[in-house]
Amino acid sequence: MALESFAPITALLVISFLVALLILFISRIFGPQRPSSRKAAPYESGMKPIGPAVRRLPVQFYLVAVLFILFDIEVIFFLPWAVIFRELAVYGLITMGIFTLILTVGLIYEWKSGALEWE
Amino acid sequence: MLFQAPTLADLNLAYTWPVVSLALGATLLLLADLFVPKDRKEITAWLAIAGLVVSFVLNLGVYSVTDVAFFGMFRADTFSAFLNMVALLAAFIGILISVDYLKRTGLERGEFYALILFTTSGIMLMGHANDLVVVFVALELLSIPLYILSALRYPDPKSEESGMKYLVLGAFASAFFVFGSALIYGATGTTGLPAIFDALQSGAVAANGSETLLLIGTALVLVGLGFKVAAVPFHMWTPDVYEGAPTPVTAFMSVGAKVGGFAALLRILLVALPALTINGGEAAAWQTTVALIAAATLILGNFVAIVQTNIKRLLAYSSIAHAGYIMMAVAAAGATGRGDQAAQAALVYLMAYMFTNLGAFAIAVAIERDDGTGTEVDRFVGLGRSKPVLAAIMAVFMLSLTGIPLTAGFMGKWLVFQATIESGLVWLAVLGVLTSVVSAYYYVGIIVRMYLQDGEGDPAAGATSYVHWAVYVTFAGTLLLGIFPFLVTNLAGPVALALAR
Repeated sequence: MALESFAPITALLVISFLVALLILFISRIFGPQRPSSRKAAPYESGMKPIGPAVRRLPVQFYLVAVLFILFDIEVIFFLPWAVIFRELAVYGLITMGIFTLILTVGLIYEWKSGALEWE
Repeated sequence: MLFQAPTLADLNLAYTWPVVSLALGATLLLLADLFVPKDRKEITAWLAIAGLVVSFVLNLGVYSVTDVAFFGMFRADTFSAFLNMVALLAAFIGILISVDYLKRTGLERGEFYALILFTTSGIMLMGHANDLVVVFVALELLSIPLYILSALRYPDPKSEESGMKYLVLGAFASAFFVFGSALIYGATGTTGLPAIFDALQSGAVAANGSETLLLIGTALVLVGLGFKVAAVPFHMWTPDVYEGAPTPVTAFMSVGAKVGGFAALLRILLVALPALTINGGEAAAWQTTVALIAAATLILGNFVAIVQTNIKRLLAYSSIAHAGYIMMAVAAAGATGRGDQAAQAALVYLMAYMFTNLGAFAIAVAIERDDGTGTEVDRFVGLGRSKPVLAAIMAVFMLSLTGIPLTAGFMGKWLVFQATIESGLVWLAVLGVLTSVVSAYYYVGIIVRMYLQDGEGDPAAGATSYVHWAVYVTFAGTLLLGIFPFLVTNLAGPVALALAR
């Protein structure tokens, strides 16, 4: 096994680690520090982290999450296609076109039926 | 270059058009409906019917084709073309009885029609599937819109219960099916139905000692599809789901889910697993199991239907009983060389059941009140005087469900019993006849209420012109199939499933 072929991945790992550190570091130096109790509380995707389990919750958040997953999946299918885009040629273009079309219909439907409005 | 990219010509798309056009139509309908004003949803219904007609015509165009598409995953033959016809007719009648019902019960939403079309394309794909993976995709395409439709009357607790139960139990059924498919894949190394057959024939399965694995996989697939067609002991959800769902949805569901389920069941068992035997036995290994399921379904469905006081629950148990009769045909198909005849009997039975059952449900829709109540059996009292035409036709539907000659139900039962006897399952045929006699008790009970009991005639608020048309269409189908059965038996054959490879 040629270990050299893993060199780009190692470089990516190291660079992403460094960039993440750098971002944290820069925001610590230059960012304003005005903590409040709400800001300091643990973040749990829009839900209150402490309290009884059965209660009213903002349903819009879940709607957005579901819509997000839709386009998340789209990207997951797009990436491998992009890698072998040339080999698949016209066939791949048409297939992905159909796939995108179906997703677009979904987007238009949810937009028009008001799922994207917060209230 | 890693591989040769396929071209569109390799796909044989022409054979898939009946299904693809319907799915495309459903997608476009979803968009078109957004621009239909709220008080004119009839337009959406007519657009949906136009989509069904297009698919029907395309299906006629490929009726006599026998070929595969999508690299063997999709198969077009007489079997699938006939089932497409049944599914499309069921959707058409289902939409006819829905239009006014949805309006007067305040459930009118354009999505309803798009969902019906999506389900129908799923049912059609079940008949076309030539690969376990495609069967699974079709199964989900069939089921998910039905989950939504059965909960359409939210926030009514009964409808919510119906949708919830159907969703949870349907998910269970899907899980069983997928697990079974995985085991079959493990035993044979393929998910293609003809390839599974080859693996069995060539002795590859026996050579690596995975026959038990294949048997367990087959059993799990049977459980999964048994749920969908509501066969005992996987029928528990049926009465509650059928009672809670809006009546037109129940009507469509009782036919559509069965057509799809039996289509996949017959194709999997006859194409992939006819040679699956235990200890070198004559008949297929699954025959006894299917025969026992059929017997249990016949007995339970028919006997429990007797005590029902709600027409929707009565028809739910009756639909369980009819699943039993079709299961008889599946069991008969397990005998060597008898597969195609039995499959043809099942097809004709499904067609007969589709017309008769949708007709009976159309009349149940007619007597239902605007608030979704009033489906008790006693509401039929006096219908013979207040609505003589509807009552007379309802009487014919009840006789057809019993299996009286000159109706569609008789022809279906005739062919199924014949196939069962010729396959050597005489005890099952005798049981089928005896339970038919039992079923006469509750079917004729409806006729007695309509004509022989004194009482106020029902106003039948739902007997609108659309419902009348649905009743006439199903009535014509019931009689046509009963009097000129060769019209349909010619269409349903020659089925060449067992040889299909």
